Amino acid sequence: MDFDPLADAMHRGIITASNVVVGYGDKIVWRDASFAIGQGEFVAVIGPNGAGKTTLFRLLLGLQQPISGTIEIFNARPRRGNPRIGYVPQRHLIDSETKIECLELVRLAVSGTRWGLNPFSHDDRKTALNTLQAVGAAELAHRSLGALSGGELQRIFLAEALVGNPDILLLDEPLSNLDIRRGQELVQLVNNIVRSRNVTAFLVAHDINPLLPFLDNVIYIANGKVATGKPKEVLTSESLTALYGVHVEVMRDSKGNVAIIGTGTEDHHWEESYGVQH
Amino acid sequence: MECNINLLQMFGYQFMQHAFEAGTIVAVIAGIVGYFVVLRRSSFAAHALSHIGFSGAALAVLIGVSPIYGLLLFTGLGGVGIAALGSRAANRDVEIGTVLAFMLGLGVLFISLYTGYATEAYSILFGEILGISWGDVLLTLIVSLLILVVMAVVYRPLLFASLDEDVAEAKGMPMLLIGIIFMLLVAVATSIAVQVVGVLLIFSLMVTPAAIAQRLTKRPQSALLVSVGIALAATWVGLFISFYEPYPVSFFITSIVFILYLIVRLAT
Repeated sequence: MDFDPLADAMHRGIITASNVVVGYGDKIVWRDASFAIGQGEFVAVIGPNGAGKTTLFRLLLGLQQPISGTIEIFNARPRRGNPRIGYVPQRHLIDSETKIECLELVRLAVSGTRWGLNPFSHDDRKTALNTLQAVGAAELAHRSLGALSGGELQRIFLAEALVGNPDILLLDEPLSNLDIRRGQELVQLVNNIVRSRNVTAFLVAHDINPLLPFLDNVIYIANGKVATGKPKEVLTSESLTALYGVHVEVMRDSKGNVAIIGTGTEDHHWEESYGVQH
Repeated sequence: MECNINLLQMFGYQFMQHAFEAGTIVAVIAGIVGYFVVLRRSSFAAHALSHIGFSGAALAVLIGVSPIYGLLLFTGLGGVGIAALGSRAANRDVEIGTVLAFMLGLGVLFISLYTGYATEAYSILFGEILGISWGDVLLTLIVSLLILVVMAVVYRPLLFASLDEDVAEAKGMPMLLIGIIFMLLVAVATSIAVQVVGVLLIFSLMVTPAAIAQRLTKRPQSALLVSVGIALAATWVGLFISFYEPYPVSFFITSIVFILYLIVRLAT
């Protein structure tokens, strides 16, 4: 009997999608996505602006339903408020005037969903401090959110998402405002979390190169289609040419970094992204 | 000693007692609700609500009931309407402004239809705390206790939804419901605050003290305390000065919070 890698992946997958089509109203964002992601995998979600990367997250968060096809998380349909998912949304800006300290934001990830006052309960404070420590941000606990650098902020958001020990992390463009070094530090941190806690992390990014050494899988979204697999399967001239429908060349440098040439879509997808986000 | 005599003399007047009672209650509520108004960047919505309340108050005067009932009804409906615009209502300036202008226009009509004294309109616009009745104080107290209870129940979800909307939504928080409850709290707080500072000066109690507090503190709980403290201090000092000087209370209150705001703004 032949070994079928896709069937095997489906079997052990904690997140599975088959023939998923998503869109807003009549407009289809992408179609025919089938993939399986296992426990403890580091997955990059790559693609041009407006391709529907955030839409994938909205699907997993239960904020949006597929037009057709099925998507399952732990053998159940995605639902809003799933405690097994930690989420870091894409944030365009943080109010630089806000004086509120980091600890308060992370505390709310613990207790912000509880109604009523609990003046005698301080478990949220302790949990928040522990989680800040886990992402190496204990010393930021009493700093104002508005005074943090981009890299520091992303650590705080990561702590916020990690509260409650989720099995899945969804990180939407955490690297977008970071310089190369801070970006690498954050990717290392996410990788450590993935490996030490056996968490499955999805990280949306524009540039795959800082992530390449750590990735288990890539979800490449472009041209209304989705390609998934190991980085070396997806990031080939053949696979990306099939995805984009035009000839695409994948080149590698001596360190294994890839350059994808010929897509020509980076710019004109930009305007669409606004309509698609909310 | 002289100060004590002055205070005794001042509180010897029933209208001063009522003014201090209502002013104190309103300052506490405005300081608390105002903190969330500033945090959610909904100050324009709060401003609009008080103007929507103006037409309600004018209608109440026209049909011969206490303005507070008209205020509560109109700001309540307006609050639900603004919240129903969606969680990004803070950015719906044009829609909110259009309704605001229409409601002010209605208010002008009601006032012109009213054949009594023009001072009624004046007191709705700029506040008339020295004329507040015992019945109004009692109503203010009951309504405020209600606000405090609701605020205690929604405190953490509201804070979470205000600070981190996207994550709160993903965690399954009912954002629309939280938005509606919040705007209703603003509506009721606005209605009672209008008695003190009037429709046009609502910012001075609902926004400025909270904005100052937000610049001074790192924790929401301390910000709430500072916000209430500033609103209280401004109201008390304003009332105290106005007892001796022939100028409106609302002028003193707005001036005190404005000066505090300037100082904090320049110092931080």
